[in-house]
Amino acid sequence: MTDTVTTLFDQVVLDQVVPAQAPFSTLVRAGQTIRIEDSQGCQAVDTLFYRADDRAERYSSQDTVRAQGAAYVTTGTRVMSNEGRLMLTVTADSCGRHDTSAGACSCESNTVRFGHATKYLHACRENFALEVAKYGLSKRDIVPNINFFMNVPIEQDGGLAIVDGVSSPGDYVELRAEMDVICVISNCPQINNPCNGFNPTPIRVTVREG
Amino acid sequence: MSDAMSDEASLIAENRRRYEELKQAGQRYAPRALPGPSPRGGVPLDAAAILHRETIPGGWYWTTALKRGEAIRLSLDHGPSSVALVAWSASDPSERLNYADTVKVQWTAALRKGRVLFSDMGRVMFSMIEDSCGAHDALVGSSNAASNAARYAGGPHRNTRDNLVLAALKSGLERRDIPACISFFAPVVVGPEGRFAWNAAGRMAGDFVDLRAEMDLIVALSNCPHPLDPAPDYAPNPVTVTRFRAPPPVGDDLCRTATIEAVRGFENNAAAGF
Repeated sequence: MTDTVTTLFDQVVLDQVVPAQAPFSTLVRAGQTIRIEDSQGCQAVDTLFYRADDRAERYSSQDTVRAQGAAYVTTGTRVMSNEGRLMLTVTADSCGRHDTSAGACSCESNTVRFGHATKYLHACRENFALEVAKYGLSKRDIVPNINFFMNVPIEQDGGLAIVDGVSSPGDYVELRAEMDVICVISNCPQINNPCNGFNPTPIRVTVREG
Repeated sequence: MSDAMSDEASLIAENRRRYEELKQAGQRYAPRALPGPSPRGGVPLDAAAILHRETIPGGWYWTTALKRGEAIRLSLDHGPSSVALVAWSASDPSERLNYADTVKVQWTAALRKGRVLFSDMGRVMFSMIEDSCGAHDALVGSSNAASNAARYAGGPHRNTRDNLVLAALKSGLERRDIPACISFFAPVVVGPEGRFAWNAAGRMAGDFVDLRAEMDLIVALSNCPHPLDPAPDYAPNPVTVTRFRAPPPVGDDLCRTATIEAVRGFENNAAAGF
């Protein structure tokens, strides 16, 4: 006889700790749920999605915020593609608010924001480039992403700044895939602003059936 | 405290100290106050500097090469409209407009006279050298076939997504090359909890914006209603685009000196030979 706990374990198809500053990717099939856990709190998780069978269709931050009429990602957000199709739905969120307008850090943009001395520090766009290359993609395919657990309030005068993270240890977000997608993650290595509490930490990614 | 914990604490302290240092360095460079909007009809172009003039019909798109030092003027000569813009570096089209970097590194989504538009490589693509409107949208993006079908009766109507696909293909690029756009004359306001609203009074007939190229560019423009424009009918007005030789930037050029971030962006341009 299979008890409930065993059934739950049987439904887990992937359970992985992503080290601090590292890239990661996985296939998430339609109907599966991906859970991203901010294990130690205050850790930005830069995330992109590509349609598995047509990777020119990919996450669109602008279509996503347009579809919901608001700027932040949270439970109920329909994650949209550049073709205006639904890719995933955010089904759970213990944190409450995630950015998708500020994009990923890069060595190049870091020089503009923080000075040329920060050029040779690891950055999310380096992670993205290495990870999407595994799927035959390139820098051309890296688009503005979701920043899970990153807090970027947009002021009414347009002001926009990355402020201290609001996630606590164990906070998580769950998304149900509505099509087969490749999820590409950069566990953000940024140490020049408060998005990771100046101390990048590991995260945990789980994929399960249903 | 264990050695490991002590090491971690000192690492965090070191990183925070560096951030404070960077922040202070940024603040020592007093940002010049940005000027108000350009007067409507008050900045005539020198006829000898005009290279080409195009009228983009409502619903259509246009592409142009734009050399460094040239500029385009987008003018609402025929009534209100919105113009979506994307751009690629002509010498390496994998370098392209990046709205997220543009708003992040300048600490604002409010793009207006004196601001610059960044590529994904930390370099400046455009300077907003004149702007009578100051109401442009970097966050919400464009219409597509589905958003038009949901908004307007009697379609299909032309949409920006398909326009940009056509513009990219005719420039030798592919669907995957189309970056997120920035929409001019699109008075989107962001309210509490990040809700978007449309401030119709934020743009009017006669508004114009001048964008100076800071590297050789391929530019695509689409003249379709912005997806948040509440007008019930699909009725975009024609938009005039004038390509002209911009006055050469002088030492205290507004866009090149207004903020420390712009200064560093132009340093990156110079390092790349742009």
